[in-house]
Amino acid sequence: MKILVYIQSAEEKINPISLESLASAQQLKKEKSAQIHAVTFSSDIANKLSQYDIDSVIHVNDNNLQEYSPLHYIETFNQLSSELNPDLIIFGHTYETRDWVPRLSARLDIPFLSDCVGMSVNDTISYTRSLYQNKINTDLSIPSGSAIISFQSGAYKVDSLKQGSCNVEQMNVDLSSVENKIVNEEKFKETDGAIDLSAADFIVSIGRGIAKEENIPMAKELADLIGAQLASSRPVVDSGWLNHSLQIGSSGQIVSPKLYFALGISGAIQHSVGMKGSGCIMVINKDANAPIFEIADYGIVGDIMEIVPKLSSAIKEING
Amino acid sequence: MKICVLVKQVPNEDAVIKISPDGSGIIEDNLTFCTNEPDTYALEEALQMKEAYPDTEVVVCTLGKNTASQILKEALAKGADRAIFINDDTKYNDALSAAKVIANVLSKESFDLILSGLQSDDDGHGQTGLILAELLNMTHASLVVGTEIVDNKIRVKKELESGWFQWAEMELPASISIQSGLNKPRYASLKGIMGAKRKPMDNIERSQVEVVDKNNVKMENVYLPEKSKETHYIEGDSDEIVAGIIKVLKDDIKAI
Repeated sequence: MKILVYIQSAEEKINPISLESLASAQQLKKEKSAQIHAVTFSSDIANKLSQYDIDSVIHVNDNNLQEYSPLHYIETFNQLSSELNPDLIIFGHTYETRDWVPRLSARLDIPFLSDCVGMSVNDTISYTRSLYQNKINTDLSIPSGSAIISFQSGAYKVDSLKQGSCNVEQMNVDLSSVENKIVNEEKFKETDGAIDLSAADFIVSIGRGIAKEENIPMAKELADLIGAQLASSRPVVDSGWLNHSLQIGSSGQIVSPKLYFALGISGAIQHSVGMKGSGCIMVINKDANAPIFEIADYGIVGDIMEIVPKLSSAIKEING
Repeated sequence: MKICVLVKQVPNEDAVIKISPDGSGIIEDNLTFCTNEPDTYALEEALQMKEAYPDTEVVVCTLGKNTASQILKEALAKGADRAIFINDDTKYNDALSAAKVIANVLSKESFDLILSGLQSDDDGHGQTGLILAELLNMTHASLVVGTEIVDNKIRVKKELESGWFQWAEMELPASISIQSGLNKPRYASLKGIMGAKRKPMDNIERSQVEVVDKNNVKMENVYLPEKSKETHYIEGDSDEIVAGIIKVLKDDIKAI
């Protein structure tokens, strides 16, 4: 079995999620004697990768690949794939992966199992995905053996990566046929009113369960009383009730405060990847089946409208 | 301009999903369904383009079982001009297999733009619109939070990770996936609902589409996610719950 692992990097730094996916490949090397080839478009990164226990690093050097360019990336992997015939191509599930790898799947005519949360290796290899916003898991296998897989952040641990040494191979691709029909401009941040939530010790975060904009001051009061930052899941931001900069999750901020107090948040994957590393996760939700309880240290099945005001008055009493 | 909006029927957000006794799939019998929420933003974006460029046709398309035509009627009521219903109850385990069927049907027309929600709330592949870009030879962009049509091109604002954004300019035709929250999806008016009945809907049976499903991905089983943590539940009446929370905030977290 032959595996290509794409190593995403920016400014000569490897994206940690790419190293996590390299760890997944090492599991297959151990249990299925798979050959691992790490693919990078940067020579510095290629040197860094040569210190891991894999079979080779493939360095593709082409000016068109220095900045993210989906159509060039797709054609590059199309050519690598026909040259090397890998069984699996593995990615970390990043924005770029979401953007170009579905197209690669169509070009190579092999399925892409995106955002996998784990893998189990027995006689067959099965990949675990979450369905219905984290409510259900499914294990999927690939009868033909050929597939593209992306792993969600945290599915594998970087510190489990085995060190070793391997050669760096240079490979050339011919990208002259690619018409550059997608021209990316400079990246930017929208800084108006941005708050760095990653520095907060305590976060009170609200979700769809807050129901109305008028209920937000209730959560804000609790946050102020315990010295916490107010944050939210996506639906609250989508409704225009809080600034985008206060959103936790894959498209917002990633946080790991000492306390994450989730009020009326169901816990879809896109949210939980942004906060599951928190020290203590306390959850209040009406729905006992809400996926967020799976990662909660403390769970309260109940109505935030009833509990939060009572909690705030009790804290006020203590504070005098 | 000719715009296609992809929509999907999914279980309601608060639906309790039950697993069949043998663990081979989910039981859909008692579920209620609705339009995949991210798709409603894609539809709204298309309807706003139609308002800005009157010579625009908005076509909504779905692939799904019998009942899925309901979400097309709702989209027509909101202002879409025409619908394409691909009646297909195949349970696809990967995005590519289903997208090939949709691509085959859409290839018979020439759309300038395909809009889709960033992902579906059931399978969550987040791939269909992007695969269609490849199969129909279009440009693509994902997680788009703003659009501008300039001559024969489209400029899109993309939401990357960790608060970063990026504009891109692309040639048409293009297929773009829309990030939720970029607009406020409208409700259907009574007039819209009445008018929807006269709008055309193509019904296409799966058997009419010449795409062979290769069954590339096999679903081994479905199950409830294992808890990764021991959760301590604070129970009782609301006074007892409040006392329990305060004890944790005071003793463990030292937030009070």
